[in-house]
Amino acid sequence: MGDDAALEAFRADAREWLAENFPPPLAHKNPVPYQNDAPYAEADPDWQLWRTRMAERRWGAPGWPEIYGGAALDAPRVRILAEEMRAIGAFNPMKMTGYTMLGPTLLEFGTEEQRAQHLPGIARGTVRWCQGFSEPGAGSDLASLSTRCIDAGDHWLVEGQKVWTSGANHADWCFALVRTDTTAKQRGISFLLIDMRSEGVVTRPITLISGSTHFCEMFLNAVRVPKGNLVGRVNEGWGIAKRLLQFERDSLSEGRGEGASLLPLARSRVGTDGVGRIADGDLRSRLVAHAMRAHAYNLTMTRLAAEAKAGSAIDALVPVVKTLGSDVAQARADLAMEIYGDRGLGWTGADYAPDELDVSHQWLHARAFSIYGGSYEIQNNIAAKRTLGLPDPASAR
Amino acid sequence: MAVLSDEQGMLRDMAAEWVRDRAPISAFRHVADAGGAYDPALYAEIAGMGWAGVLVPEAHGGANFGVLGLGLVLEELGRTLVASPLLSTAAIGASALRLGGSARQQAAWLPRIASGEVTVALAIDERGRHDPAHIGTRASRDGDGWRLDGIKAPVIDGGAADLLIVAATIEGGEATLFLVAPDAKGVTRMAYCRIDGRDAAQVRFDGVAVDGEALLAGGAGLIDRVLDHGRAALAAEMLGSATQAFETTNDYLKTRVQFGQLIGSFQALQHRAVAMLAELVMTRSAVEAALAAIDADAPDQAALVSLAKALAGDTFRLCAREMVQMHGGIGMTEEHDAGLYYKRAAAADAFLGNSAFHRERYARLGGY
Repeated sequence: MGDDAALEAFRADAREWLAENFPPPLAHKNPVPYQNDAPYAEADPDWQLWRTRMAERRWGAPGWPEIYGGAALDAPRVRILAEEMRAIGAFNPMKMTGYTMLGPTLLEFGTEEQRAQHLPGIARGTVRWCQGFSEPGAGSDLASLSTRCIDAGDHWLVEGQKVWTSGANHADWCFALVRTDTTAKQRGISFLLIDMRSEGVVTRPITLISGSTHFCEMFLNAVRVPKGNLVGRVNEGWGIAKRLLQFERDSLSEGRGEGASLLPLARSRVGTDGVGRIADGDLRSRLVAHAMRAHAYNLTMTRLAAEAKAGSAIDALVPVVKTLGSDVAQARADLAMEIYGDRGLGWTGADYAPDELDVSHQWLHARAFSIYGGSYEIQNNIAAKRTLGLPDPASAR
Repeated sequence: MAVLSDEQGMLRDMAAEWVRDRAPISAFRHVADAGGAYDPALYAEIAGMGWAGVLVPEAHGGANFGVLGLGLVLEELGRTLVASPLLSTAAIGASALRLGGSARQQAAWLPRIASGEVTVALAIDERGRHDPAHIGTRASRDGDGWRLDGIKAPVIDGGAADLLIVAATIEGGEATLFLVAPDAKGVTRMAYCRIDGRDAAQVRFDGVAVDGEALLAGGAGLIDRVLDHGRAALAAEMLGSATQAFETTNDYLKTRVQFGQLIGSFQALQHRAVAMLAELVMTRSAVEAALAAIDADAPDQAALVSLAKALAGDTFRLCAREMVQMHGGIGMTEEHDAGLYYKRAAAADAFLGNSAFHRERYARLGGY
């Protein structure tokens, strides 16, 4: 069987299996609440069923080796599987912080013991991870972080505070950046895996402008961590973190240009003029401009994926794609709210339909797109330096 | 850059090399200073490389290599603003004859297009606007032939073209295209001198008699498809020009010193440079998709072409504007190249429908 025929056979198998196993009530649901909010997901029997089936089929981490719970699929098959899922409105229930960020990092930098201990739980979706990077004094300037990690002989002793830790209140484990040398900046940072059940770990949710309590503060009070939980070598965590942040940016750029067209919504809620155009001419112009940018963004994602497959290095464009993606998604949220008019300003209560409440909350949530995972400004700094080769800004102090 | 076949990669490399050796931007200045619209000797070289016949079938002496191939060449030529009738002849003229020409018309013109012997111009715009849905020029029945009346302006590459393809509305019918010799009785050409230094003219048709063989079959649908070949090819040329404007500017940020520092170390300029890069990334995606869609005769080709032309217009104008601004005073001088890109960006944007035209076309195609 030729390559193409084998891939098409795989596509047919995948389609059939998905049709039989994906619970229809989950179709086209926003995966974000499931992936972010453990109680929300655990309370939904359809989600539980879907997670279990995907875990058994090993398609939650389809490209990972089988010994770690994956299906060892090659890149074309992983892509086909994703396409077939998208076609029926399905999503990968394992696609959480552990899968998108820590998994690839451990595959690249972890010891055999660390991989064997942690990857299967991620692939099965039974262990939730959070990312302990930002601190009150280390946001965009992440490398200035100050959570101390002291060698206490047979264990590490960790003391400090993290913030903006997504899902920390429901996480089982945390991968954290900690300071092992106070005399160096980047070269004094190490990468540590912390069991959230350890004594001294305290989390506190932060309420955001959207009402979400997904982000947390995390306090680490004299937490004892086994020596074997350090990934890579002492003081070499910054390089690992930069690689991991690339995985994060990749995952943050996915799907930014997607979502149902705003056109039918605009036609029904705003109305049309005598020749069938959206009645509000100014809104129409901006909707079209947005649709064109979303179109070009999706073409860009397709083009870069094809180029990467053909062996071109596209890493240099990752920060640019991230900012383009957050622009597109934020513009969409703004326009959706405008189309809904007063119905897009609801906060809570039975006066508002679920889709109406979703519009206002998505609009608020969307501001985070250009802040988390490296703000818009930080992405531009990275692109200026690495992609365009522009010189470092002169020291401000 | 799209994933190219070996042949496509070779074609692009050949074009890049030729531009570097034979048509640096100084060549464009030379032509402009001499008061010409283009250098016939340079166009003979272009045709000699086979580029005038990229869309021409092999049976008529061409390469039949697709509009993506032609786009790769034009992108390279766009880098140094090469002035030539290649786009009008090889993208618009060749596609009009391929899509609407009879066997006899094709045999008469396509080999001469491929060889570089004739150049072509599309006479469609009137009163200075691109509005192909409203063609005022009339075609009246006259025995077995037609009489054409109207004024076309601007006709890009029309001052020197050897063959005019004229859009005219048939009385009681729709618009279609006619082949007209520029030396026919009743044709008057008046050359314009425009900011970009390229060939453009007003062409009057006063009772111009043409025979029945002059009509290209296909009507408004043909006009749309021919225009889209030209628009996609033009967007590729504009992408090349915008990319060069950006790269020249980015290099300047790494050499110019003020306040004791390279100006490229200033964050305000860095972020604007990245903004240009982001627009170039998006524009390249749209241009390559439009060219590929035409070659595949895909159902969404019209929307993709309008997307590409709109982005190319906005992006080229952005990069050229920033090129002037970031170069400061030197960017305002005639001696520097920035002004050449700035002027060409405006003229290229207007040609075959500006960004606003294509946003509106995209909107109508999408049901907005």
